[in-house]
Amino acid sequence: MNLTLKVWRQKDGKAKGELVTYQIKDVSPDSSFLEMLDMLNENLVNEGKDPAAFDHDCREGICGMCSLYINGEAHGPGRLITTCQLHMRSFKDGETIYIEPFRAAAFPVIKDLVVDRSAFDRIQQAGGYVSVNTSGNTQDANSLPIPKDDADKAFDAATCIGCGACVATCKNSSAMLFVAAKVSQFALLPQGKVEAKRRVLNMVKQMDEEGFGNCTNTGACEVECPKGISLENIARMNREYFSAAITSEE
Amino acid sequence: MSLDAKIPEGPLKDKWTNHKNHINVVNPANKRHIDIIVVGTGLAGGAAAASLAEMGYNVKAFCYQDSPRRAHSIAAQGGINAAKNYQNDGDSTYRLFYDTVKGGDYRSREANVYRLAEVSANIIDQCVAQGVPFARDYGGLLDNRSFGGVLVSRTFYAKGQTGQQLLLGAYSAMNRQIAQGKIAMYNRHEMLDVVLVGGKARGIIARDLVTGEIERHSAHAVIVATGGYGNVFFLSTNAMGSNVTASWKIHKKGAYFANPCYTQIHPTCIPRSGDHQSKLTLMSESLRNDGRIWVPKKLEDVKAIREGKLKPKELKEEDRDYYLERRYPAFGNLVPRDVASRAAKERCDAGFGVNATGEAVYLDFASAIMRYGTTEAHIQGLHNPTQDQIRELGEKAVENKYGNLFQMYEKIVDQNPYKTPMMIYPAVHYTMGGIWVDYNLMTTIPGCYAAGEANFSDHGANRLGASALMQGLADGYFVLPYTVGDYLANDIRTGKIPTNSPEFDAAEKEVKDRLERFINIKGTKSVDHFHKELGKVMWDNVGMARNAEGLKEAMAKIKQIREEFWKDVRVPGGLNEMNPELEKAGRVADFLELGELFAKDALDRNESCGGHFREESVEIGGEQEGEAKRDDANFAFVSAWEWTGNPSEAKLHKENLVFHDIELKQRSYK
Repeated sequence: MNLTLKVWRQKDGKAKGELVTYQIKDVSPDSSFLEMLDMLNENLVNEGKDPAAFDHDCREGICGMCSLYINGEAHGPGRLITTCQLHMRSFKDGETIYIEPFRAAAFPVIKDLVVDRSAFDRIQQAGGYVSVNTSGNTQDANSLPIPKDDADKAFDAATCIGCGACVATCKNSSAMLFVAAKVSQFALLPQGKVEAKRRVLNMVKQMDEEGFGNCTNTGACEVECPKGISLENIARMNREYFSAAITSEE
Repeated sequence: MSLDAKIPEGPLKDKWTNHKNHINVVNPANKRHIDIIVVGTGLAGGAAAASLAEMGYNVKAFCYQDSPRRAHSIAAQGGINAAKNYQNDGDSTYRLFYDTVKGGDYRSREANVYRLAEVSANIIDQCVAQGVPFARDYGGLLDNRSFGGVLVSRTFYAKGQTGQQLLLGAYSAMNRQIAQGKIAMYNRHEMLDVVLVGGKARGIIARDLVTGEIERHSAHAVIVATGGYGNVFFLSTNAMGSNVTASWKIHKKGAYFANPCYTQIHPTCIPRSGDHQSKLTLMSESLRNDGRIWVPKKLEDVKAIREGKLKPKELKEEDRDYYLERRYPAFGNLVPRDVASRAAKERCDAGFGVNATGEAVYLDFASAIMRYGTTEAHIQGLHNPTQDQIRELGEKAVENKYGNLFQMYEKIVDQNPYKTPMMIYPAVHYTMGGIWVDYNLMTTIPGCYAAGEANFSDHGANRLGASALMQGLADGYFVLPYTVGDYLANDIRTGKIPTNSPEFDAAEKEVKDRLERFINIKGTKSVDHFHKELGKVMWDNVGMARNAEGLKEAMAKIKQIREEFWKDVRVPGGLNEMNPELEKAGRVADFLELGELFAKDALDRNESCGGHFREESVEIGGEQEGEAKRDDANFAFVSAWEWTGNPSEAKLHKENLVFHDIELKQRSYK
């Protein structure tokens, strides 16, 4: 396959970026999208040019490190996949492909296609945990039965990989789906109930401070989420939030 | 230096308890004055950082990813073993210990493995308390499944994402400590050297991967939990960034490297499709429960298949070679990982590989589909169902069991595995070797520890499924918090370690000089070019089957590639910026040294054991003809290599392995 690539290049966070056009030839349709970018970079290095920086690591759709906004879609065409699971056979020979970073005020560009998603870590630090120390004497795991349906729903919420596609896709750059996934996981489990009120209030507060937008129920996040995290989680977080806000004594 | 494993006295089952009762403890008020560096935030590093911070130490944690949640532990699929005996099938600490030592082909340290089995149950309790959503049954209790090579059901799991859920548990525990200021988290930072003061590990030099700034960080102890080195093969199931650099740096400063040649090559991976390939993808070995592995019997059929003139399902039964069933009638397609991998290589080397690269065998579900379909037809009361009806019902049954794996395969290969056999080939997956540690997980550098896949002690020459997660968390949650305290009890009056000492100056200069050298070579070839060359030598000569001649050749070739690398590599960009090519150059330079030591270790170990198969050491005559031959009389030891300035001149130290509680037996699968 021969392709025209329009790649976002930006020297660092302060520099002004632009789309730069590259031609790439003889791409195997069986290669992954990131392998196509490896090839582009190999060509650039051989030409003595600076390769395009992009985030990636596991290349099997689970670490959440890869991002990219491809032809106007987070993680490109295809559903329930990350960019590293996208293959070139999804494109046509001769096609022009636009490759941009995830864009959101809370995800500043570091270089080229790499953005800073540490806002997600800070939201988790605000309450995304159960306050239990490591103990060699914890109660037996089976002393706390949990209904299978609850455990399964908590698992589904917990499969979020923290990639940020929900934010990049949302017209308001809202992080509600990401935050709701973590709040839901713990809200559904008895271990998380003790701190439930404080957790949801603190995490939402941190989300707002990071500069993420509000949710207007468009639902684009659910469509683009590589793990299929459901909008139901946002509804659950809203319930958790209102009840916590009304009954909180702080 | 003598190699003292510091295994506590007393009966096996009391060693850990006695040890904990007698080691030193740091008083809570003093912990506030002690700093600990943890490099790597996977299961071992994340669990250690969180636990030590909870105890009151000041922890500094480092990872090269943009968040600690992304460490490659996250990609583990199958599960985590624990001797809970919830299934009432007779599991016990001893049985888990026994299975692990036997599975490791009797090349692990007995006392460490027993402790691992002992704390395994605590791990599950701890993770459940953190809110890890393990699979449960309808009674609300935890579910288990069984896994390769054992007779009990002791594996806890969270669908096919167990590693992810466990890592997010450790990450959440870390987050709580980060929020309290007890962990200072350094994302996008890479450790580039360890700093020794007075012979003790007292800090690290790290590079900020965003700004390129070189930083000095001091501490009273340094823990390296940076995973395995499978990427020395270029292609592996590891993450792209997985590297040996932290381990290699401490090795060059005095930490011995143990059994570098012990590598696990996993049989059920998706084959390479071409030269563009950057990594390989594993599919759970559970597929071998129902898939039959075969290649054509005749070379002309292989040719026709490769040319697309013949479809695999058109080939008659009598023209297929179900080689595992043929060679191992007792275990068939369920032989252990190392045996299945070697058998696939043998057929492909003989020219029977079924894809364009010649490196693929079939994993066929056709008979399982018909078998499940027939059962299903009975259940549904269908009389005289047609073949098509049976097939349809069978495909549904197989989808229920393996749907997500089949979908993943189809996404990557673009073939429908319900209709045509899957293609698989072995790939490098895990490294059992690593930094030598004593019972306390301390390396041969005082105050420097290694944990998780980065150390060597628990899996011997072959790791059993669902044991890596167990070991990482055992080291991080339940071993290091005690043993590090024992060492630090002598440091309560030391005070803060200054970073303006001559030792820090020298280490920083060394790091900076090396980085500048990369940039200044201004050669003609990319870093990946050299990495791929190294990978090819490793795979061809130091892969699934090794012989003396090939290993000597590999050592010479690797040295040559390394020399060329230092003359002709091109690293674009500058030092003081985000520069992924510079990062890769540093990692590949270290792999180019490790690779040679790896081959040297494989050459030295003239026996076949676990994942290490020497063609010179095979059974001759009788039922076991041609199978791996372990040599307990001459090789029941750990090879711990000391750096002397050149990988080919590394000095060997032996730790003899003594088994008091287990009888050494041959593994037979005939």
